[in-house]
Amino acid sequence: MFNILNARCGCRPELGRCAGLWLHEGMPQKLLESPAVKVGISISIATGLYGISFGALSAASGFDFWQTMALSLLMFSGGSQFAFIGVVAGGGSGVAAMTAAALLGLRNGIYGMQMNALLMPGRKLKYLQAQLSIDESTATASGQSEPGEQKRGFWTAGIGIYVLWNLFTAVGALAGNALGDPKQWGLDGAAVAAFLALLWPRLKGREPWAIAVACAAATLLAVPFVPPGVPILVAAAVAGVFGWLSHARNDEGLEPDIDPYANRHGEHRSEGEGK
Amino acid sequence: MNLWFWILAACVLAYGTKLAGYFVPRSLLKNPRTMHIAGTMTIGLLASLTVVNALGSGQALALDARIGALAAAAIALWLRAPFLVVVIAGAAAAAGLRLLGWG
Repeated sequence: MFNILNARCGCRPELGRCAGLWLHEGMPQKLLESPAVKVGISISIATGLYGISFGALSAASGFDFWQTMALSLLMFSGGSQFAFIGVVAGGGSGVAAMTAAALLGLRNGIYGMQMNALLMPGRKLKYLQAQLSIDESTATASGQSEPGEQKRGFWTAGIGIYVLWNLFTAVGALAGNALGDPKQWGLDGAAVAAFLALLWPRLKGREPWAIAVACAAATLLAVPFVPPGVPILVAAAVAGVFGWLSHARNDEGLEPDIDPYANRHGEHRSEGEGK
Repeated sequence: MNLWFWILAACVLAYGTKLAGYFVPRSLLKNPRTMHIAGTMTIGLLASLTVVNALGSGQALALDARIGALAAAAIALWLRAPFLVVVIAGAAAAAGLRLLGWG
């Protein structure tokens, strides 16, 4: 849904020219210069490695190798997968595990809506794109303002995480606890940092800050009272109400016309200019 | 075998949820208010994911090494570090704090 807002961002002054002119698919030598691809690769590695912890934890919870792999290959939503094995490990029933995983996965439906509007996939591509519509791919895509970059961000993060998450799930399931706790490598801290880094560039102006603080507070208040995953939906509802009300009186500040990568990757951008 | 049934049912639900989002009519999303709400929702979801990953522990809140990761990431961002450096700073802070025996 940002595509219309961003249409005018295709040729932003700081880019010199429209990035899409020199960053096309089918130009692999340019692909690594794309800020979205860089972010996608970074987040793929950080998230993919965490698959080890899922594989190891799943094996420790009594799931066999193929059950563990089925969750990573077919469910492919980290939070839902951890919830599923967590409920079973805690002695919960299969139906309870399924319910927890499904609730935690509801936000992926919202991501699907956003990615459908943003990336405009064809009818067949939707079925593939849907499976890759998770936190990280959505965040990588919506952190970009140029349509080509949004696509590159989504697919780099989506495919990268799919491949690495499944690979490292297998490693974790086979190696079990031999690698030790992935937390000792700080991988959960990497996830926190990644989400903050994706949020950061959007926090320009008073209203985005107010929404972020309100949603963070709503999340924390909801955590003790609802199953894992639902607090994120509570925050989404708060943000939705906020958006509904604020639209009437104030229409500025929330367009994602800020470029999260302009400052940080300025040096690469300038290399690309004029090509 | 029973467990297999619930695993596959949960996987079908997960994919169905994702796919359902793609069949919400796009015309609904052309409305300026809808787009404005999508902007606020993106901020809300990212803020929520950040705090839930930093402080959430099942149905409880926990102050552990992840808060150090959050602080390190914020400092790195404030210093305009690139994305990968921010992520590494977060991982290093969490790992370092655990090495020191906290969290």
